[in-house]
Amino acid sequence: MSATSGTAAAAGVDLRERRGIGRRELAARIARDIPEGSIVNLGIGAPTLIADALPEGLEIILHTENGMLGMGPAPASGLDDPDLLNAGKQPVTELPGSAYFHHADSFGMMRGGHLDVCVLGAFQVSEHGDLANWHTGAPGAIPAVGGAMDLAIGAKNVFVMTDLLTRDGASKLVASCSYPLTGVGCVSRVYTDRAVFDVTPSGFAVTELFGDTTLDELRALIGLDLADATAGTPPGATAPVTPRGTEPTTPPGTGTAATDAGRASVTPTPSTTQGDDARPTTGSIR
Amino acid sequence: MISKVRPGLEEAVAGIEDGSTVMIGGFGRAGQPVELIDALIAQGAGDLTVVSNNAGNGDLGLAALVGSGRVRKIVCSFPRQSDSYVFDATYRAGEIELELVPQGNLAERIRAAGAGIGAFYTPTGVGTLVAEGKETRTIEGRDYILEYPIRADWALVSAFKADRWGNLVYRKTARNFGPIMAAAARTTVVQVDEVVELGALDPEAVVTPGLFVDRVVAVGERAWMRNGAFVGVSGAAGAAAGAASAPGTAARDAGTRDAGAAA
Repeated sequence: MSATSGTAAAAGVDLRERRGIGRRELAARIARDIPEGSIVNLGIGAPTLIADALPEGLEIILHTENGMLGMGPAPASGLDDPDLLNAGKQPVTELPGSAYFHHADSFGMMRGGHLDVCVLGAFQVSEHGDLANWHTGAPGAIPAVGGAMDLAIGAKNVFVMTDLLTRDGASKLVASCSYPLTGVGCVSRVYTDRAVFDVTPSGFAVTELFGDTTLDELRALIGLDLADATAGTPPGATAPVTPRGTEPTTPPGTGTAATDAGRASVTPTPSTTQGDDARPTTGSIR
Repeated sequence: MISKVRPGLEEAVAGIEDGSTVMIGGFGRAGQPVELIDALIAQGAGDLTVVSNNAGNGDLGLAALVGSGRVRKIVCSFPRQSDSYVFDATYRAGEIELELVPQGNLAERIRAAGAGIGAFYTPTGVGTLVAEGKETRTIEGRDYILEYPIRADWALVSAFKADRWGNLVYRKTARNFGPIMAAAARTTVVQVDEVVELGALDPEAVVTPGLFVDRVVAVGERAWMRNGAFVGVSGAAGAAAGAASAPGTAARDAGTRDAGAAA
């Protein structure tokens, strides 16, 4: 916020050199927005880092598409169980309270709106919340979609975790996706190394800036109108709607309420009223 | 007396015809019926259409089947992985047709076949390449596409234990596609670690009732199991796992080798 926008806008190449926060920091930031009681699916790749960043002591249930709720961390050395894998086909463990089920049930959980949050990677996200993350459409590319389309349209809150820019310096936030779509109007929030963006009816709204990133820099990098929603959520104090630590209850007025059924209603942040209105909790697409 | 148990792998896969559609269970190598696949390769049927979530990892099992040139077409959700080089090369050589189906649609289409559903509307894939050419419908304000069942002539499934009626229990995430594929095929063949006495499986714990199963063959315990309990991967299998990019998957190979030798 303190960097001068004039300097930033003048130095196009330098903008791409500047860094916000690293993957693990970003994973920890996303983890802070996941309230206790949530059922969460973490996409393969960077989103799996979030599992390690979830605060200990909170009961957050991880769903893995290959048929498990209550997935635990990687096993100790020598205890890899080839029958117990995550969606990335890496060995994991089971936690007390876990459950196994077949694939049709697993994807019924997604489509049926039973997952509170999923976090996916992205090639592109449009300002309408369209997601492209399965296929570049490049000649010779072998497409592989896996469960991405089901997660994108099924989870109540679809978060994207990604670098803001491609390796070539192009923005992954775009007016309209040029890659084949995974889902239409499905993304509610995008966490990048430079900033956090909510998808609103009027496009992207920046809710939080990382490092020395400024709004003007983002506008130069992305080339889209970006609403400033940082006021209610200044960097360093943005967070989390949900108390962390060992407190088992959620105070009123924080935007998160655990129901009697033990499920969580995930409301991204108090400042994102437009985004919430834009995206019914059923995850329906338009 | 009902007995679906076959004495060996050769008998278990006998009769698979050229041109068959064969469902193959597993998610990666978890639950992949590697011994049955090896038996299918040995049996010789070709011009196959394979329905499976992936298109093979490494060199064994499904990858070996794809590499054998016996698969004309594969229907799957996620063919491309770090170790899918056999499929990648076969596909790039134009020697195999790929029908890509989103994973949930794949699972539900298989489930629908076994459950007698004619077709169903799903929101997955709306507005994407998947929806092209498909009937769409708006129901209560939400858009759906029409998807049809996927049936098979044969299903090859791996489970943990069976009895002679074909009742099955699975182990952990190796369950994955087993129950729905077992129901969706004309003839379902299941490999298990062990065939137990009728009545030894807790009826409350049976996941696939025997009516979905036609043939059962025991292949012996995998390397990480001893007397029905998980003991971890150690010794040679552990060393093999350490040399692979994905821990545990190489151990599966080592395990199936061990089991194959014991069978």
